[in-house]
Amino acid sequence: MSRIMGLTGNEAIAYAVKQSNVDVVAAYPITPQTIMVEAFSEYVHNGEVLTEFVCVESEHSAMSACVGASLTGARVFTATASQGLALMHEMLYIASGLRCPIVMGVANRALSAPINIHGDHSDMMGSRDCGWIQIYAENNQEAYDWVIQAFKIAEDPKVLLPVSVNIDGFIVSFSMEGVEVLEDDEASKFLSMRKPVLTISPDNPITVGALCLPDYYFEMKRQQVEALKESYEVIESVTREYKALTGRRYSFIETYGMENAEAGIICLGSTAGTAKAVAKNLRSKGKKVGVIKPWVYRPFPAEEIIRAVDNLKALAVLDRSCSFGAPYGALSSDIIATLYQYGKDLKVFNGIYGLGGRDITPSDIETVFNEALKVAETRLVKESLKFIGVRE
Amino acid sequence: MSEVKPGWKSIPIGGILLEPGSAMKYKTGDWKALRPTVDQKKCTNCLLCWIYCPDAAINRLENFVNVNYDYCKGCGICANECPVKAITMVEEKR
Repeated sequence: MSRIMGLTGNEAIAYAVKQSNVDVVAAYPITPQTIMVEAFSEYVHNGEVLTEFVCVESEHSAMSACVGASLTGARVFTATASQGLALMHEMLYIASGLRCPIVMGVANRALSAPINIHGDHSDMMGSRDCGWIQIYAENNQEAYDWVIQAFKIAEDPKVLLPVSVNIDGFIVSFSMEGVEVLEDDEASKFLSMRKPVLTISPDNPITVGALCLPDYYFEMKRQQVEALKESYEVIESVTREYKALTGRRYSFIETYGMENAEAGIICLGSTAGTAKAVAKNLRSKGKKVGVIKPWVYRPFPAEEIIRAVDNLKALAVLDRSCSFGAPYGALSSDIIATLYQYGKDLKVFNGIYGLGGRDITPSDIETVFNEALKVAETRLVKESLKFIGVRE
Repeated sequence: MSEVKPGWKSIPIGGILLEPGSAMKYKTGDWKALRPTVDQKKCTNCLLCWIYCPDAAINRLENFVNVNYDYCKGCGICANECPVKAITMVEEKR
């Protein structure tokens, strides 16, 4: 039953899209995402899928075409990164505002200037308030699995929101790994045809995108807040159903060693893999360390994180993007707000790392763990915002 | 102004309007600062104003046109296009 394929992160996403019976793909190439849609365009060329592939002239047009297609009731995918995501920015809000369940692969990459093609989370974090469900995958298997689940989450009538599935540019997008894939019919069974709720159709005309002034706009935004709240339950049920099919259990967060950890690291994406490996090594030496990896960043899994840090004394939050002028990075601000909201007196410090693809090594992570252990012992945070791996 | 509007729980999601033609209910005529006034004696019924009006606010009558002030925003395109200067823009008095 289980079949393992050698796929890069980008190819794993393309393969998942192939098995998701997508009606329309509109995309524009950009490193390090290009291969997602390049590989997919080969499936189209070879007649392996019935998808309408729209070659557009920009990412702005890509998302515009996706919105239009999605409103007709089609299942829609696109992919982008970095400047492309930035160019899509205004359309991202339109996709969520018009409640289009589009799925988008993002191979996270730094934003210019200076121009840099390598991985960090500045692109998606720059659009974090766009009303999309945002998922960060650690590796190729997770990227494949989340894309298939993402369509089911997005298209649920209780949700009807777009979903971005993020992978670290280069680190995941271009690394080849063994990926356990479903058979086509299994995927089709899990992900049946989209059952659209309201669509533009000549038989039943509706108006989409009408002017909405101060007397109604706020209500629409309130609905979006509710849809993200509703998505919790849907994410929970879809991930359970996926486990029944594959044996792989996804959730809002993944934890490692948190049962008895005193010092922890929380981070998104591939860095969590390094952190888990370092934690394993340190734990074998008797150090009580653990790792939290949010899979789902929006909606923010506040309760799950609070449960995970229950026994913790110190937490290092690692952000692979910089919120210039803000007290902390994006993830860190969310964590600190959540801890405050739940009245949790946990010592926290924020490490900004890996900008522009700067490597974060196991020894960097070990240093962070050791600092967190020291904070756990002394209950004193000397430096609440630090930059890991930058030259002075 | 005292009309109670429905809350977020009871309106369609995504700002979708379920019935077509709702723009008719939205009378934009009170936006105008200048009011096009047709001199019916000068009007030759050439209908250039009717073609150019971006709001379809020109009414075709038998021998001349007049303006639907419920929807005319007072842009003045009709007055500008009128070849016989039959339309003048006069200040809207409220």
